Amino acid sequence: MMEDSLTIAGRTFISRLIVGTGKYSSFPVMVQAHDASGADMVTVAVRRVNISDRSQESLLDYIDTDRYTLLPNTAGCYTADDAVRTAHLGREAGLSNWVKLEVIGDEKTLFPDNEALLEATHRLVKDDFVVLPYTNDDPIACRKLEDAGAAAVMPLGAPIGSGLGIQNPNNIQIIKESAGVPVIVDAGVGTPSDAAIAMELGVDAVLMNTGIAGAEDPVSMARAMRLAVEAGRLGFRSGRIQRKRYATASSPIEGVVTR
Amino acid sequence: MKISLNGEPFEVAGPLTVDRLLAQLEIDPRRVAVEHNVSVLKRTTYETTMINEGDEVEVVNFVGGG
Repeated sequence: MMEDSLTIAGRTFISRLIVGTGKYSSFPVMVQAHDASGADMVTVAVRRVNISDRSQESLLDYIDTDRYTLLPNTAGCYTADDAVRTAHLGREAGLSNWVKLEVIGDEKTLFPDNEALLEATHRLVKDDFVVLPYTNDDPIACRKLEDAGAAAVMPLGAPIGSGLGIQNPNNIQIIKESAGVPVIVDAGVGTPSDAAIAMELGVDAVLMNTGIAGAEDPVSMARAMRLAVEAGRLGFRSGRIQRKRYATASSPIEGVVTR
Repeated sequence: MKISLNGEPFEVAGPLTVDRLLAQLEIDPRRVAVEHNVSVLKRTTYETTMINEGDEVEVVNFVGGG
């Protein structure tokens, strides 16, 4: 089978698993988990520096930026203005114009605010950002984001941090079939089979944080997720058999030893 | 002089440049982004941008996130 890499906005990635940097018990555990995940890209959040306590270690001391592409997010932003502002700060902090764009509409579900997300995408594309928006699993929303210039669309599998898996596989498949940019399932993956299911639907990549960082053993879960993403992708590319209601014998019907 | 630093009142001798402020705060300028009066600064302008009485300054960095 031909080489199967992922290209977003002209940049090529070997891994189809993108991982977060949040919620780890320690930075060394995160480093090991990143390594085990095989990921080439990691998300980071942009927050105020703690002025009164300068003793805290810096996240960037634990991310080899020659190995991992940094993807700053706009998590915690509830308006297009805040998200655009945070994206610009992230660009200066990371010296890269890539952004995982989040504009949240509701605290309890963390579902995106479609209108504000679309507006922020328009504005950031105009400012030369490579915009990867976290969106609903809504094919129309994804189409509008792509039309606005998004470099990929990132529909949620389930609410952020929920671990519920892919709640609407049919929508995810429709999004993939209609999209002209990479589709990345972002959020909701709780277990390796969730990641495999997403990849089997044909999406280009999976992004997760809590599914790995929140596991009892994040390092072995990172490896499990890596294998699941690879297995799901290979399964998709191999062309699965049709579903049938009744059995079809695997062994020849002829020559059975019988009386 | 009084400025607003990351949303809190902050007392500092000044006026002073952004790179002097970061040095006083013991912040590595390569690890942060700075916003001055709601305008994000390019790193190359830290030496020339003056912070004056009453200015609003935000200093952000990367933390863990998904």
